[in-house]
Amino acid sequence: MISQLEDYRTVTASEVKTWIKVAKASDFPENGGACVLHEGLQIAVYNFTRRGEWYACQNLCPHKMQMALSRGMIGSAAGEPKVACPFHKKTFSLVSGKNLNGSECDIATYPVKVEDGMVYLGVS
Amino acid sequence: MKKIVIVGNGMVSYKFCEKLRAKADASRYEIVIFGEELLPAYDRVHLSEYFAVRSADNLYMAPKEWYKEQGITLHTGTLVTAIDREKKQVVTHKGNSESYDILIMATGSSAFVPPIKGVEKKGVFVYRTIDDLEAIMDFGAKAKSAAVLGGGLLGLEAAKAVMDMGLKAHVVEFAPRLMPRQLDEVGSQVLQAQLEELGIGIHLSKQTKEIEGNGLLSALHFGEEERLEVDMLVISCGIRPRDELAKAAGLEVGVRGGIVVDDHLKSSDPNIFVIGEAALHRNMIYGLVAPGYEMADVVVDQLVGSGEQEFADCDMSTKLKLIGIDVASFGDPFGEEEEADTIAFEDKVSGIYKRINISKDGKRLLGGILVGDAGAYNSLLQVCKNGMALPPNPEDLILGARGGEGGDIGTESLPDTAQVCSCENVTKGDLCTAIKEQGLEDVAQLKACTKAGTGCGACTPMVTDIFNDTLKAMGKTVKKVICEHFAYDRRELFDIVKVKEIKTYDALLDAYGEGDGCEVCKPAVASILAGVWNDLVTKQDTIQDTNDRYLANIQRGGTYSVIPRVPGGEITPEKLICLGEVAKKYNLYTKITGAQRVDLFGAHVGDLPDIWEELINAGFESGHGYAKALRAVKSCVGSTWCRYGLHDSVSFAIEVENRYRGLRSPHKLKGAVSGCRRECAEAQNKDFGIIATEIGWNLYVAGNGGANPQHGVLLAGDIDSETCLRYLDRYLMFYIKTAEPLNRTATWLNKLEGGIEYLKQVIVADSLGIGEALEKEMQFMIDTYSCEWKEVINDPKLKAKFTHFINSDKKDAHVKFDDLRNQKMPEPWT
Repeated sequence: MISQLEDYRTVTASEVKTWIKVAKASDFPENGGACVLHEGLQIAVYNFTRRGEWYACQNLCPHKMQMALSRGMIGSAAGEPKVACPFHKKTFSLVSGKNLNGSECDIATYPVKVEDGMVYLGVS
Repeated sequence: MKKIVIVGNGMVSYKFCEKLRAKADASRYEIVIFGEELLPAYDRVHLSEYFAVRSADNLYMAPKEWYKEQGITLHTGTLVTAIDREKKQVVTHKGNSESYDILIMATGSSAFVPPIKGVEKKGVFVYRTIDDLEAIMDFGAKAKSAAVLGGGLLGLEAAKAVMDMGLKAHVVEFAPRLMPRQLDEVGSQVLQAQLEELGIGIHLSKQTKEIEGNGLLSALHFGEEERLEVDMLVISCGIRPRDELAKAAGLEVGVRGGIVVDDHLKSSDPNIFVIGEAALHRNMIYGLVAPGYEMADVVVDQLVGSGEQEFADCDMSTKLKLIGIDVASFGDPFGEEEEADTIAFEDKVSGIYKRINISKDGKRLLGGILVGDAGAYNSLLQVCKNGMALPPNPEDLILGARGGEGGDIGTESLPDTAQVCSCENVTKGDLCTAIKEQGLEDVAQLKACTKAGTGCGACTPMVTDIFNDTLKAMGKTVKKVICEHFAYDRRELFDIVKVKEIKTYDALLDAYGEGDGCEVCKPAVASILAGVWNDLVTKQDTIQDTNDRYLANIQRGGTYSVIPRVPGGEITPEKLICLGEVAKKYNLYTKITGAQRVDLFGAHVGDLPDIWEELINAGFESGHGYAKALRAVKSCVGSTWCRYGLHDSVSFAIEVENRYRGLRSPHKLKGAVSGCRRECAEAQNKDFGIIATEIGWNLYVAGNGGANPQHGVLLAGDIDSETCLRYLDRYLMFYIKTAEPLNRTATWLNKLEGGIEYLKQVIVADSLGIGEALEKEMQFMIDTYSCEWKEVINDPKLKAKFTHFINSDKKDAHVKFDDLRNQKMPEPWT
């Protein structure tokens, strides 16, 4: 199970080797997320309409190893965009992946871009 | 650097060290303490707690390390046997000597043992130290009964202690009443009646002539033929100051004991101070801890302060809980010091007695006595000590509200000099200054910083009030806001949404909030929007918690469970078969819930619409098990089948459940209907519970099970079905509009000012005149109800949202099951 966590490594914009075409932007809910399957990995992608931004992170919540973050509510804490896991409301920064409750390990985040109405996920 | 030697290590000795060290560290004053007992200072006030745990751990004023940290040398188990005032040194029983610049005598007192014949017999004890308690407990293990000689404060504590040991307890008092220093005749009678009810024998006006027994005590002989047979005797007849050391050193002592001190607690030797029960100040010995602490204060002021503080006649007011019974006396309890008018109230049924003494001109409260209910003690004490103005009818002070606001004195009207915590001598001014200057944020910080409320704790409610008042006065509201995104509470947001006709979360956040929202305010606002507009939750699915977003309950592993509505728990065989077939087809674990429904577990999110399509086609609808909404209305069998049933509880439960189905609220709502008072539907632990009576229904509200179970309270009795529904409409709507987020009805009612009486006024008597409006609002909810799942399966766009991946039709491979009793269960948490 722990090895699952190791499958997810943060990718920064400069490390992107491939942009995966995921789905139409309009398929995503507003101010919410959906889960992308990529080579067996589950990545949560969020359409943060309110901020006009897109974020992506691992779908796996490190607290109880549940594939659930894409279904979490998003929002902000002191301006920092975040997602709350639907299971036990552990919250994570969508920018840094940092656990904002201070008790769990951080999560991996990924770059997202939208071109011509299509959403792309950056992987290395 | 000067050197202070303290003789004695009791509560007052410790407090002196604490107070001195707060102002002067070891570089200024070296401190050496000699304590006779083996243990460092412990809390003698709560000595009886030792019986329960037989450990002093919770009683220590401070652990031994504290003394070390403070640079204090503590010698326990060491008796000082002589003071050489010439050489300024003390000598211990071990023959060691210690020199001093300042000597503090905190020798305290010992138990007074009256010269009764036979007092030396085995089985006779005093009640003073932990060693005494140990001896009492050892001996008591073999005894069946015990008498306590002395019906004062400490004597009654001792009686409780022996009672707790399982012995038959007797209290023997020389005076014609209990607690003669604190209580008058009637107060004593009220207390006596309660103690006797607990099984304690009370023997008043009894002079013990002899303690009988052949080496071992067997009975107390009161004179004539009167005897009381007991196995053990605990003497608690008062205290005797420990002045023998001072006397031998040539210090002035009183005729009846006590070391004579002046207003600065100085003895006849200017280098020797006396504090605590050993000090004789203006012919008074103070046997309470609060005056002792005040003495410590005065001496600290002598050493490091202005030296102007004087020990004045100290207040002997006391409040305590004796064996669960409140007893308090304050000021001049007997109205003896000046001419006074007395107002007294006695309630023999409840065991309550209250007395206050008012000055002849009717302007000042001189003192009083409270037995059975000392709730008013703090405010009465403040009125008394600060000479505050009395209400027009002084009897309101003890009789409280009769139709109007009570005679309770608010803390705002207290002067800054008012002493709030008598244990630590903290005034209202001290508290206010600390709150203002140190920016304290809660009562715990205030207590830690001022020490107020850390002694007996009786002043905590007053400290809390002062804290809240002060914050208010500073313009800081102690307001409950939803979260960082909305500076409003739920009730205010509810009104805003309604008045401004706001229909979406984003519109509300734009107009009345800031930031991007969060997992706290989103579902709270969703609940408000549902409570006002009753729109489909699927229209704003991403502000819902995951359960409301996917209209099912998320379970371990990430699958969901499905609960169709089964109103009143009544179900046809056809529908049961349908549930079974659906469960088989989609491989779901099935279980009967506590609300008389069937829960189907382990559904992949992508299967939910298909499952519901089959259920809806068979006549089911959503059970809202996923929502903060009405769940179910449970019912018993009722009069149709049950031989005891008075009314048809099943039909009524179905009617009520269908009336309120889908009704969203601040938290989940559960109801039940029982057909008779045997209460098989367990209606009294529901948010609303209806129980049949001979002529109608009793409606109970605000009960719940859960972590803090609470029984519902009767809102209206013997009402017909129509009235019951009307009251329910009003009650539920009133709750939906006014409760904080995630507060169940029980919590809501607990916080509601005026409690159930107020609720009755609003709902039954319609005192606010909102009854009809509430009914109308509820009717809107009923009229606009629709089954969310029906909407979903008829709308391909909504249906499309039920998928695990946005870019694949695959199921979540992460979901894995184990076998469990011929069914399945998700893999355990890792």
